[in-house]
Amino acid sequence: MHPAFSVIFLTTLIGAGQGLFLAMVTGQIYATAGFLPAQESRFQAVGSLLALLLLVAGLAASFFHLGRPERAWRAAAMWRTSWLSREVIVLPIVMVLVFAYGAAHWLGWTRPLFQVGRSLPVDVTLLLALLGTLASLALFLCTAMIYAGVRFLQEWQTPLTVSNFILLGAASGFMLAAAYSAWVGNPLVTFFGTWAVILTLAGLASRMAHLSRNALITHRSTTQTAIGIRHAVVAQKTQGATGGSFNTREFFHGRSIQAIDRVRIVFLVLVFALPILLIGLAYVTGSSSLPILAFATQFFGLLAERWSFFAEARHPQNLYYQSVA
Amino acid sequence: MTQLALVIDLNVCVGCHACVTSCKEWNTSGWAGPLVDRNPYGAAPTGTFFNRVQTFEVGTFPNTETVHFPKSCLHCEDPPCVPVCPTGASYKRPDNGVVLVDYDRCIGCKYCSWACPYGARELDEQQRVMKKCTLCIDRITDLNLSERDRKPACVLACPASARLFGDVHDPDSEVSVAIRERGGYQLMPECGTRPSNHYLPRHRTVMHIDPEALTRVDNPLRKEDLTAYTGEETLDDVAW
Ligand code: SF4
Ligand code: SF4
Repeated sequence: MHPAFSVIFLTTLIGAGQGLFLAMVTGQIYATAGFLPAQESRFQAVGSLLALLLLVAGLAASFFHLGRPERAWRAAAMWRTSWLSREVIVLPIVMVLVFAYGAAHWLGWTRPLFQVGRSLPVDVTLLLALLGTLASLALFLCTAMIYAGVRFLQEWQTPLTVSNFILLGAASGFMLAAAYSAWVGNPLVTFFGTWAVILTLAGLASRMAHLSRNALITHRSTTQTAIGIRHAVVAQKTQGATGGSFNTREFFHGRSIQAIDRVRIVFLVLVFALPILLIGLAYVTGSSSLPILAFATQFFGLLAERWSFFAEARHPQNLYYQSVA
Repeated sequence: MTQLALVIDLNVCVGCHACVTSCKEWNTSGWAGPLVDRNPYGAAPTGTFFNRVQTFEVGTFPNTETVHFPKSCLHCEDPPCVPVCPTGASYKRPDNGVVLVDYDRCIGCKYCSWACPYGARELDEQQRVMKKCTLCIDRITDLNLSERDRKPACVLACPASARLFGDVHDPDSEVSVAIRERGGYQLMPECGTRPSNHYLPRHRTVMHIDPEALTRVDNPLRKEDLTAYTGEETLDDVAW
């Protein structure tokens, strides 16, 4: 597939946004449970604003993918059958909940509404945190299923696509939470950093499993099944166009195998190895700039990871576009 | 229920592209048009077509066969391109099974083209909406046309009559009989899309030439040389 930058930015930006929101919620829940000192409500409010900005930026990027962005609102129609439609509905819901969560913190609506059991006071922010978490996870699922749900794209059609999107998005969000804490001088750097490393390692396991699965894939469709000629040797001579077509532009990455291999190594280093190293160093040295560098590295790496995710996928329609003339 | 479809005879198709040009002509000027054409006379022409004829070579030289393969939307009975469309712009007509795109609702997200394993959908880069074969829906449903003309442009244009058109759900239709009796098959059956369009397979064509055919035993003169004239009157000399 041709990696489109609109979609690369959409998926990585909203992934980091959702992850950052989940990090803010995790911090609050730990504090409620008494494992962490309570954070200032400003910390959560600004963090949520940052997450919202990422979500908005992702949404903006997605418009560049559309031929007719002015009609984008129509995309909410077919939620019964289309994961894309579901994403279009859930994304604004997440945005509203993230905004509401941040606003509730900003306005200090932390008076408990009721008590669960003996020790869990429930306030507005906790309710919004719960709803926002559910919506964020649903959004991860929708985004990933857009790809995992394409029946014939065997490279994508696996639960590993879903786990990659969730784990890598969450990892980059927690990494950003660590960077943000370091920036404002909040002592939670270590807490978020530890979670970021755990999620990054989980993401590494999932992505490596995906890579090794795809390396061994046998495609169900062949040139023989594509044109229905049962002969061992079938070679395409023309494809009905000499100057390329939508089919050659949309479904081929147009790069060499070596370039694909290089990008794969680059993203493995930038998404997994370097950020973990940097967070470890930050832990030892107490530096406040290293977590920021770790997030920047990982996010840049995720752009390469998404590029690779698209480039790796070999669409069955390519069987009809093997040779020009 | 009716399911209109094409049946394409690969044994007959000569790869002349008449279906491609007639399709483009009809559809660029009709309901689905215009169909973009970029750089039509330049070095790298590109544009939107509903139908393309591709060529494949089967076997190893010198024992090869050339197969011309016309490819367009197969109007699948279980079309994966339809449920993925977020706007509902892609739909399958319940009355005749033709898969269509509503160009006024399409947002050009290209998701349906990802979901089609055959590469049958092409984004129109000028109108920025998805386009694909309509089976000439504006012809085949036009009751003002004569019965003979109520067929897709490609079917009418094919000089070899390699393209048949009809209802594949009617067991007695020309297309159903052809599929049944001449080994009609579907593309990529492993995808489970159940294409309505079928292809008739290539046959082995053997031409038998025996020496008599070369020397023309049936030639009354028995000889292949010019008649030698010896001054006698021939038919050419008679003045009428
Ligand atoms: S051939 Fe492709 S575009 Fe046509 S109905 Fe089947 S899946 Fe859809
Ligand atoms: S490109 Fe148009 S027809 Fe295709 S899925 Fe998107 S909105 Fe539907």
